Amino acid sequence: MSTHATTGQPSYLVDTGARKGLVAWLLSTDHKRIGLLYLGSMVFFFFVAVALGFVMRLVQLTSFEHLITAQTYNALFTLHGVIMVFLFVVPGLPAVFGNFFLPILIGAKDVAFPRLNLASWYFYMAGAAIVVIALFTGGGAPDTGWTFYVPFSLRTGTNVGLAVFGAFILGFSSMLTGINFITTIHRMRAPGMGWFRMPLFCWAVYSTAWIQILATPILAITLVLVILERAFGIGIFDPAKGGDPLLYEHLFWIYSHPAVYIMILPAMGAITEIIPTFAKRTIFGYKAIAFSSVAIAGVGSLVWAHHMFTSGLSQFAVMTFSLLTMIVAVPSAIKVFNWVSTLYKGSIDFQPPLLFALTFIFLFCIGGLTGVMLGALAVNVHVHDTYFVVGHFHYVMFGGTGFAFFAALLYWFPKMFGKMYSKKAIYASWFPLFIGFNMLYFTMLVLGVMGMPRRYFHHLPQFNTGHEIATVGSWFLVLGLLMFFGTLVHALFKGEKAEDNPWGGVTLEWTIPSPPPQENFEEIPTITTGPYHFPQESQG
Amino acid sequence: MSDATHAHDAVHRDDFGARLGMWLFLVTEIVLFGGLFIAYAYMRATYPAEFHHAGAELNATLGVTNTVVLLTSSLTVVLSLVAIQRGDKVKTMAFLSTTLVLGVTFLVIKSFEWATKFHHGLYPNAPHLATLPHGEQVFFGLYFTMTGLHGLHVIAGLSVLAYMLVKVAREEIRQDQYVLLENGGLYWHLVDVIWIFLLPLFYLAA
Amino acid sequence: MSEPAITASAHADAHGIEHPGYGTFVKVWLALVVLTGLLVLMSHFGQSYAVWGLLILTPIKASLVFYFFMHLRYEGPLLKTIVLVSLGTLLIFFALLFSDVAFR
Repeated sequence: MSTHATTGQPSYLVDTGARKGLVAWLLSTDHKRIGLLYLGSMVFFFFVAVALGFVMRLVQLTSFEHLITAQTYNALFTLHGVIMVFLFVVPGLPAVFGNFFLPILIGAKDVAFPRLNLASWYFYMAGAAIVVIALFTGGGAPDTGWTFYVPFSLRTGTNVGLAVFGAFILGFSSMLTGINFITTIHRMRAPGMGWFRMPLFCWAVYSTAWIQILATPILAITLVLVILERAFGIGIFDPAKGGDPLLYEHLFWIYSHPAVYIMILPAMGAITEIIPTFAKRTIFGYKAIAFSSVAIAGVGSLVWAHHMFTSGLSQFAVMTFSLLTMIVAVPSAIKVFNWVSTLYKGSIDFQPPLLFALTFIFLFCIGGLTGVMLGALAVNVHVHDTYFVVGHFHYVMFGGTGFAFFAALLYWFPKMFGKMYSKKAIYASWFPLFIGFNMLYFTMLVLGVMGMPRRYFHHLPQFNTGHEIATVGSWFLVLGLLMFFGTLVHALFKGEKAEDNPWGGVTLEWTIPSPPPQENFEEIPTITTGPYHFPQESQG
Repeated sequence: MSDATHAHDAVHRDDFGARLGMWLFLVTEIVLFGGLFIAYAYMRATYPAEFHHAGAELNATLGVTNTVVLLTSSLTVVLSLVAIQRGDKVKTMAFLSTTLVLGVTFLVIKSFEWATKFHHGLYPNAPHLATLPHGEQVFFGLYFTMTGLHGLHVIAGLSVLAYMLVKVAREEIRQDQYVLLENGGLYWHLVDVIWIFLLPLFYLAA
Repeated sequence: MSEPAITASAHADAHGIEHPGYGTFVKVWLALVVLTGLLVLMSHFGQSYAVWGLLILTPIKASLVFYFFMHLRYEGPLLKTIVLVSLGTLLIFFALLFSDVAFR
């Protein structure tokens, strides 16, 4: 295999059309440029939400508690949640890496509907803008928490209506991206690229896209009902008019629990790409991983009411949903076992992406296992709405999806930008990230079991020590994040030129130049083998 | 394709892909209204007697008339597709125009119905409605939400079909290139299907 | 699902060979109108008949529109599967929701 593929086409980063500079980017229908538009906007929103979280941690120190008011604290946790969930974690991996790499991985020139793809980014930005406008207009920043639970969200004077409308628009972006990816995978695979020759990231994105189109509309209609309720008083959620807040909780979680799988599936997909490359082995149990993605998407859509065990559901429903929740652990565990089995007896080449992938597996296991604990009824009732829940979903969303996002960024950065970052600086950033993360969130798990409720501005003196440890952890975490992204930004401008295949990967993106040419491939490749076919391995 | 010599046909064209994308979009619409049907079922299970009583307030004759209007408009859309496949531009336009007229008729009848309800004080936040039992308030909340959202879809569908009519007139939709009309028709049929469910839920079986 | 990756023109051609004529659709429309009449008739016999009419006749009407007007009859297995998956998902949502509502 040649290390430097040659091509006549210019790189996608070069403007060749009539338009130049920023305009050429904002009107580009190239899936790679759209991927980078998403990446830039998401990293920005991520840091905004990190800053909000940082302030929230700070005021939990006794000496800083007068820094902000309780009302501001409510707005902070609402915004932290809304921005992180709707603007970073849900769209994160599919919109950035799905856009950039899905067409390349299946040997296509672009997605099926390139203009719709650009429109999705504009929907994303419009939704984000509306959420931001909602902060400074009307009755002020929303204070409901990211779940917008009724009846409080109907009664509060803050600007919930506009914020909810922003989330509604963001839903459109998500659905249209899902439609695009499903059509792309069905129609644009290169000759010979059968379903079971696709890299497993594509399977993950495919399953995710199905959840996006089957669950997101439920969120859309629920948010529309909240807006109508606030504007016209239609009475469906309002107990004063015969409505039922429990119906809201059902509808909200019918979307929002599957949304957790929208977040984690592409993350798992990215990890599944990274592990074989650095173990120099074919993936263990290809079909098991492919079908476990589909199974997670399917079963994950049927577990929503485990968020409502203490809301007054029927006992029958509680047992049903508890059982279904436990079942999701099975396909998730299948993936973890397959990753570990792939590493076993591999020729491991330890590089930064693998370090972050392994960190993902460790943190995701803690997140997943605390999830099983929460699925068990008796434990759930005890720790409901405590820091245990907060710790659990940060392990899944940040430790899982966040670290997978970092791992994917490290893995594909040289391909996307044609530059290599300083590996030493990345290793150095890992220590504060990992230590800070566990100091912050493991302490939260402990605080939760001790009885610290979530979303409280003040806490009782017996929780002082825990809050102090967590806050100091958050400082390490932020330090690590700054080091990590600082290294990448530095590499962007001053980094050495990257090779076409720095990691020795064998999927299609490593056969083309770094950065990729405008139409990805000189000519559309014909596929004759499975995706993780390492020549070294077959000799051994 | 035989006439790949046309400049715009030289670009890769995937009619099935276009229909696949449209169907996936329709899936999101089905689930969107599905959420409302779930809300309806939930509330009806909570308030069976009140739903029955409130349903009697609705004018079933108008509801059934509108059903026939919408079914017929669906027929004319699909007939316009047959006509374009046979290269009959005049008939295509005639059928499409009929659909537009029927769609507007539907909206006019619907607006008379809504006006009567407003006149009787049966609308959200009305003082009279607030005196009725809880279940009836919820019924009318659902009635206005669901028929209102459906009405918005009718307006959207009419705009799309009007645009198609222009495209047919300009021969941008023609015998060898009509997937746009197919997709526009699919959307209109879905709007029809949703109404097929709304009729018995509110007018007949409530 | 085994449709080959690039068969755009093949699909378009297969789609273009045998198109149903005007008559088929007029017959389907007649059936839809008759079913609507039957639905109205049943609702006059009382509440329980009306509900059975809703549960049986309405899905039949919707299927006719899906199958003929929306051309599912003339499409391959993929689009049929997509429609079934979405309706199946909704049905499961209903069932799970009623595991709460029906047993309170």
